[in-house]
Amino acid sequence: MKFGTMKPHRRERLLLILFVLAAAGSSIAFVLMALNDNINLFYSPQQILSGEAPTNRVIRAGGMVLEGSVIRSSKDLEVRFLISDMKGSSVPIVYRGILPDLFREGQGIISKGKLEETGTFIATEVLAKHDENYMPPELAEVLPKTHRKNGEWKVKE
Amino acid sequence: MLGWFHKLGSPKLFFEISTRWQNPITALSVLVIGGCAFWCLLFAPADYQQGHAVRIMYIHVPAAILAQSGYIFMALCSAVYLIWNIKLADWAAKSVAPLGASLSFLVLITGSIWGKPTWGAWWVWDARLTSTLVLLLLYLGMIALRGALEEKGTDGRACGILAIVGLVNIPIIKFSVDWWFTLHQPASFKLTEQPAMPLEMWLPLLIMVIGYYLFFFSVWIYRIRNEILIREKKTAWVKSWAGSS
Repeated sequence: MKFGTMKPHRRERLLLILFVLAAAGSSIAFVLMALNDNINLFYSPQQILSGEAPTNRVIRAGGMVLEGSVIRSSKDLEVRFLISDMKGSSVPIVYRGILPDLFREGQGIISKGKLEETGTFIATEVLAKHDENYMPPELAEVLPKTHRKNGEWKVKE
Repeated sequence: MLGWFHKLGSPKLFFEISTRWQNPITALSVLVIGGCAFWCLLFAPADYQQGHAVRIMYIHVPAAILAQSGYIFMALCSAVYLIWNIKLADWAAKSVAPLGASLSFLVLITGSIWGKPTWGAWWVWDARLTSTLVLLLLYLGMIALRGALEEKGTDGRACGILAIVGLVNIPIIKFSVDWWFTLHQPASFKLTEQPAMPLEMWLPLLIMVIGYYLFFFSVWIYRIRNEILIREKKTAWVKSWAGSS
């Protein structure tokens, strides 16, 4: 298609459509940039430690359940564990309730609850995050754990 | 150079060509989706974490790809209508809307059913889920707008503009999982990289996606042919076609 050979009124309309698309696109982009913090579903451990997350308000915290950090109560359903961004920041979480099937050490989770001033996160809901690296169980057994991408917690800047 | 393009814009010619395509595409889509469903449900491996729940992917991912491709297709048809004033392009866009709405609905439902056992929640207001809901609402808005303006004859223009403005939502859906913290995992298929899963999982998924494309176009052809017959019912060629068949 030759742009130059288009009839003038059609070329005008094409330009108008491109302009509408650019205008709509940039205005939405500005709105999304302004709302960036609200669109993120959860706070990372690093954001919580640096004081970016509000205390005593219902928020979500997300991270990897740190290996060896899960302590289950012998009396009730209380579970304590640390979530980490695998870059050195971690936040302690206390949760009383039923955990999703995918909850395990090394799994990404997102929990809803309140951050106390002591720095402990009291969760009322724990959701398991999984990644797109699906694989059959036989393959997962063969692959050493460190080779699985599963252990990676992507933190966007 | 654009001769074929203008010729295909003739409803009569499009109707004649699509007569030849309609049945093969429909038969092929039934065959591919039907055959591949057995593969996906019985032979593809379960996931090491999710078990058999991962099989919902074989419906969820193709439906998501088609809901979005369908939207892009609809917006392109609308742009062609707005620029070149080819009526057939408007009918083409109109024929996509209910189909796209159904596919978006299927994505949300299957995602919900998948989310409950794996994440632990039917729904979360994360960026990916919310933008997909917006896609469904855009399709529904398109159907409503058409219904409201059809009698006045200004529906094509209004829907065309809505479709083009709504196009902004497509990259938001696509990149939501990269731009923000979401519960939803990143894309299963990427254009530039190897799929994140082994061959025995992504191959049936890819074939399912192809099957869904065939299904999409087979239903779309039925819809647009129907639309052509309704709009052109007073013309001589439709009358002679109706008389001969």
